[in-house]
Amino acid sequence: MEIDPFIFRLSIFILSIFIGYYVVWSVTPSLHTPLMSVTNAISSVIIVGAIIAALAGNSVNVFDTANIFGFLAIILAAINIFGGFLVTQRMLAMYKKKKDKK
Amino acid sequence: MISVNLLAIFYLISGVLFILALRGLSSPETSRRGNLYGIIGMALAIGVTVLSVGNFSSGFIYLIIFLAIGGSIGAFIAFKIPMTAMPELVAGFHSLVGLAAVFVAISAFLNPEIFNLGTPGSIKIASLIEMSLGAAIGAITFTGSIIAFLKLRGIMSGSPITFFGQHYLNLILGICLIGLISYLCITQINTLFWTIIVISFLVGVLLIIPIGGADMPVVISMLNSYSGWAAAGIGFTLENTALIITGALVGSSGAILSYIMCKGMNRSFFNVILGGWGATDQTSTSSSKEQKKPVKNGNADDAAFLMKNASSVIIVPGYGMAVAQAQHALREMVDALKKNGVKVSYAIHPVAGRMPGHMNVLLAEANVPYDEVFELEEINNDFANCDVAYVIGANDVTNPVAKSDPQSPIYGMPVLDVEKSKSVLFVKRSLSPGYAGIDNDLFYRDNTLMLFADAKKMTEEIVKSL
Repeated sequence: MEIDPFIFRLSIFILSIFIGYYVVWSVTPSLHTPLMSVTNAISSVIIVGAIIAALAGNSVNVFDTANIFGFLAIILAAINIFGGFLVTQRMLAMYKKKKDKK
Repeated sequence: MISVNLLAIFYLISGVLFILALRGLSSPETSRRGNLYGIIGMALAIGVTVLSVGNFSSGFIYLIIFLAIGGSIGAFIAFKIPMTAMPELVAGFHSLVGLAAVFVAISAFLNPEIFNLGTPGSIKIASLIEMSLGAAIGAITFTGSIIAFLKLRGIMSGSPITFFGQHYLNLILGICLIGLISYLCITQINTLFWTIIVISFLVGVLLIIPIGGADMPVVISMLNSYSGWAAAGIGFTLENTALIITGALVGSSGAILSYIMCKGMNRSFFNVILGGWGATDQTSTSSSKEQKKPVKNGNADDAAFLMKNASSVIIVPGYGMAVAQAQHALREMVDALKKNGVKVSYAIHPVAGRMPGHMNVLLAEANVPYDEVFELEEINNDFANCDVAYVIGANDVTNPVAKSDPQSPIYGMPVLDVEKSKSVLFVKRSLSPGYAGIDNDLFYRDNTLMLFADAKKMTEEIVKSL
């Protein structure tokens, strides 16, 4: 009997939920807004699926129906990736300690 | 071309980098490095995916073009957006993740061969369930976030929209979705898949319209969570560990934030989701206005005098500060007070503002050091020893009724013990109640001085008289 690969993925999923649970509870409340923008950015790793959808396939025509959806998803995810990480960076740069003031 | 196993290992590495990105946020010092880990993880995931496809023909050029288009739009928004508009921005970004999930699911459905999921018309059952769930949650996230965005932007009224049988309609649509997904698995008919997406779009709208504008912190965290689950669903379809890990992280992150927000309002999650709370606003507003109780009215000079002679001042910012963009003026006022030897700290309620941590970002923007800013539990005992509490744009979160009156809708909600300080300065435009529609007892206390003005103007005037 072999274990279905799905079970492995499910294990990763469940364990990641627990990691997420403990990691997020340790996030300081003052950084909850950057937390939201950065989770936003990383959830756009869905671009991986979009890239495969857009580029793979045997069609001669680059803009096959299935590919078009892939390309559209690439644009959306790219907005999110760049926007999410940069706005997080911008916010985090503002958090300063007392000493930093002259 | 890289081997499937190597690819999986790289995805695992980027998953780990994303965990480190979140871990970094445990303190502001490590947060910037955390963000860098996130960026590296993303670059790695994109890089190895492109290598694995190994298609460097015309499609590759289009990929670069589309990445550049999206990237520059994103970068432009990130640099232009004012910090007060962060809630809208985050809601907008959630909608994009949701829609991207829908699009990826659609292309996987139309062209399953490229993802090794079978052929059109005979897609593996498990994959079909995963992709339709991913698409459905993605679609709900998309339209839900758009409604949240419109409400936050003020394009759509923040008041809850409810109608008869709303919850039943949602329930029926939910059951429909489950039924359609099972039917799709048996028959593999294309139209069913499209119907699932359309119904999910509708559900997204219906879920968010009954929720009042002031409950937005919960909504926004909840949609954050949904976008994660959608990503995880797609991750299962594509058998991609990076997506599964990230989806789980984002999903639980959003869920925890929603929980924290609900707890901050002492309401259950379902109570918020079922909505319609703000609907009673109008009635209670009119009744409270009939009986006029005396209030002490002050001006900027009075406030300046009080604070200058105080030894400690606690500032309580709320959403009103964000609306009036008063954070910079506030910092100037605090600087002036510090020159006079006054000890100043900031007290932030968990649900102050329109999203978790909203006030902290605004204060950080105004160069307020983060170690002067305290959470409710950290500072609440200090009000008793403090001379002046300066309430700027906050209301319900300071209402002592939450502790004394079991009849009050906000009874049991954790509040800042502002009334315990020697005197309270309350900057507000009028005596109107907050979103909960209840009169704030604090206005009529002997130690309260009301400053009726715009938060920014009043603070600027105080700076002048200091």
